[in-house]
Amino acid sequence: MSMKFLRLLGSRGPTTGTAPVARERLQILLAHERSSRGHPELLSLLRVEILAAVARHVELDPDRVTVRMQCGDDVSTLEVDIELPNNAKQIERRRMAG
Amino acid sequence: MGKVVVVTSGKGGVGKTTSTAALGAALALEGKKVVVVDFDVGLRNLDLVMGAERRVVFDLVNVVQGVAKLQQALIRDKRLENLWLLPASQTRDKDALTEEGVGRIIEELRERFDYVICDSPAGIERGATMAMRFADEAVIVTNPEVSSVRDSDRIIGMLDSKTVRAERGETVNKHVLITRYDAGRATRGEMLSIEDILEILAVPLIGIIPESQDVLRASNVGSPVTLNDANSPPARAYMDAARRLQGDTIAMAVPQERRGFMDRLFGRRAA
Repeated sequence: MSMKFLRLLGSRGPTTGTAPVARERLQILLAHERSSRGHPELLSLLRVEILAAVARHVELDPDRVTVRMQCGDDVSTLEVDIELPNNAKQIERRRMAG
Repeated sequence: MGKVVVVTSGKGGVGKTTSTAALGAALALEGKKVVVVDFDVGLRNLDLVMGAERRVVFDLVNVVQGVAKLQQALIRDKRLENLWLLPASQTRDKDALTEEGVGRIIEELRERFDYVICDSPAGIERGATMAMRFADEAVIVTNPEVSSVRDSDRIIGMLDSKTVRAERGETVNKHVLITRYDAGRATRGEMLSIEDILEILAVPLIGIIPESQDVLRASNVGSPVTLNDANSPPARAYMDAARRLQGDTIAMAVPQERRGFMDRLFGRRAA
């Protein structure tokens, strides 16, 4: 009985109106998901090929490499962060000399 | 040549099987020759919703693997003579459906029926991709709920890339079917509105099925809701959706809906 009364009160009181929040969350999430769709393998492919190219000239630790892609509406960016070990330059110099 | 329609959603429990049965029966009531095909291998349920669970002898996988002929696996509906069911099997083998085998069966069905309606399993695995693979049209069943809309968006992406039509540079004709819709809650802003869903998914609407006891009642007795109580609000909504699927233009309305909302919706469609 009291539950029914409460429910009745609830339905007439101010509504929470959470639909606008749902809508906004979805729009943000889907904008992100759609941008990465269709190229699920692109990033790992780029990673492998960039690493191979760099590794031909300098020694590197594959664990110290980050490849990140950000897709925007107009411009997308590819960020490659390769940490070179301290002796990497020396190796290169030696090779150049040889 | 018949049309192949996939009923899909990504998310489970939104009403794919109910909608397949209801749309199939609605099209059959309109005189079309219809087959509903259950692609949910391992978890078949279309037979149960159609009330044919005790008549299953052979199934889709048997036909794909050549164990049975298509003719042996097709089950004719007891109420409508131009409505047929091709049940899924209960096997746990995930690779039971080969693309070549499914393609062969779909082509055969396409020649014999006006509509081949494929009931997709939930998810984005093999069963779901096989169900949509040969589709000409897609009915994307969506609930006014964030997780359902997100999964529908994912499925729309797959329809645009993983189907035979997409690979040929053609498009699968996509329609959103909103189910379990509670007009009161949407008006009070407690539930995503039809406008919100359509704007986010950017796919045209084919129908709005109200949340209703009649849907549960129909599945309890093993009858498509469009046959069980043709005058109930969900049955009328499915009948309208079936006509739109055939290309008819029918004003969009939620049965039991208030006037003001209908006007708003109609205004949007016309724009």
